Amino acid sequence: MADSLRGRDLLSVAQLSRDGIVEVLEVAEAFAEVSRRAVPKVPTLRGRQVTSLFFEESTRTRLSFETAARRLSADVASLAVAASSVKKGESLRDTVETVEALGADVLVVRHRASGAPEQVARWCSRARVVNAGDGWHEHPSQALLDAFAVRAARCAQRGTSSEGSGAAAFDGLRVLIVGDVRHSRVARSEVIAYRTLGATVTLCAPGTLLPRDAEGWGVEVCADLDDALGEADVVSLLRLQTERGSGSHVPSLAEYTATFGLTERRAARLKPDTLITHPGPMTRGVEIASSVADAPNALVTKQVADGVAVRMAILFLVLGGEPARLGGAP
Amino acid sequence: MAAPDGRRTRPGGAVFHSRTRLLDADDVARALRRMSHEIVERNAGLDGVVLVGLQRGGVPLAEALDANLREIEGVDVPVGALDVAFYRDDVATRPVLPEASSAIPTDLGGATVVLVDDVLFTGRTVRAALSALSEFGRPGRIQLAVLVDRGHRELPIRADYVGKNLPTAKDESLRATLDGVELGAMVPA
Repeated sequence: MADSLRGRDLLSVAQLSRDGIVEVLEVAEAFAEVSRRAVPKVPTLRGRQVTSLFFEESTRTRLSFETAARRLSADVASLAVAASSVKKGESLRDTVETVEALGADVLVVRHRASGAPEQVARWCSRARVVNAGDGWHEHPSQALLDAFAVRAARCAQRGTSSEGSGAAAFDGLRVLIVGDVRHSRVARSEVIAYRTLGATVTLCAPGTLLPRDAEGWGVEVCADLDDALGEADVVSLLRLQTERGSGSHVPSLAEYTATFGLTERRAARLKPDTLITHPGPMTRGVEIASSVADAPNALVTKQVADGVAVRMAILFLVLGGEPARLGGAP
Repeated sequence: MAAPDGRRTRPGGAVFHSRTRLLDADDVARALRRMSHEIVERNAGLDGVVLVGLQRGGVPLAEALDANLREIEGVDVPVGALDVAFYRDDVATRPVLPEASSAIPTDLGGATVVLVDDVLFTGRTVRAALSALSEFGRPGRIQLAVLVDRGHRELPIRADYVGKNLPTAKDESLRATLDGVELGAMVPA
């Protein structure tokens, strides 16, 4: 299956077919069972090394990948960029070659430049590369874990088991993505993942925060949140990325909240089983009211917990079945 | 994802092609009945016995043994399911995927665990299962029940209860279910 994640880099959700995404979700179900055990650890990747290379700050993604690697019994190395030779002017290429020479089997890369993980993958001779967020481009593991959390919650609402359910939960599913789509790599990956799985996606954002090429994404665009709310099965909220300059694209935070925030009043108009997702970190009181973030249909903390299982599946699959590795490294 | 027989497509997409039918459903039922009696006899009853089927082929067989044991002794023994993909020693060298999640209904500390699988071949699946089981407690004893022992062991492992010994060639493929046992080959889909 050429569109499976097995034995390949994960640079973009677009490289996966529907079956390829479902494969990740199904393998993640098995790892979710492992995560529920008293000792949530399996020996699967013993002796393999997972190195995280984060050129941009992150709490949950880095911690989540490293937790996932440890639960698979992999060795974890982590490059603290602020304390590394990058500060002495070492190039990305030299950093990557050094890390690979130190025995990394997987590089988990976050970079502020779109496309950096793809470039890193070209420089790697042996190691697999996992994109943990690159600029405005993509954040594949986040979109896959959102899909996992949504599938599990939808199946639970219907009283069925999510394991083995394929993409059925996404048939006719209406996903509404609200907020700073333009600067959001999560939104780009989510759109691809949800559409590939069979859902329809609507974007809702101030005109200044919509990507210019949104017409080509195969989504609907809606300028008025109140029009779109009532039909949504999933509301995916995005953070205002002030570090990427989105603060200058809206008149004020208060006005943003008034027009595009999921306030209590707006949340009351959602269908009772509508799910709310947020990739974090949340800015309570801006894109989401605090009480809404803590409501039972908000998957936010569930997403974090599921994230570990999904990232275990990603690491397991990208390292899966490499006959070239027989007999050890050259 | 799911092949017609309910299994996920195997990595590489190969499917089983049957050539010869060696046992039919009645033969399998008779073998499982005898094995059930042997389990009761060997353990002098069913105190502390837990059946654990290996995903996926072993799970329906464990359930069938459970139904027999209920008939013979009038007791319900706990039945669990175990997936061993994460414990295999060949994860790095061939495509391995979990078949389905593990579900162990009870703490296995002190229990007599009867591992149930469809086919005993190299013994590597059973080796992985022994590692996987230890995550769920420290069983007092572990026994192995297989519907078919086809030989070609690569590890010092043997079964306690065997439905049928069937000598095979190493490159042949065997399918053993409640519906019967067939000899054939895996061919690319």
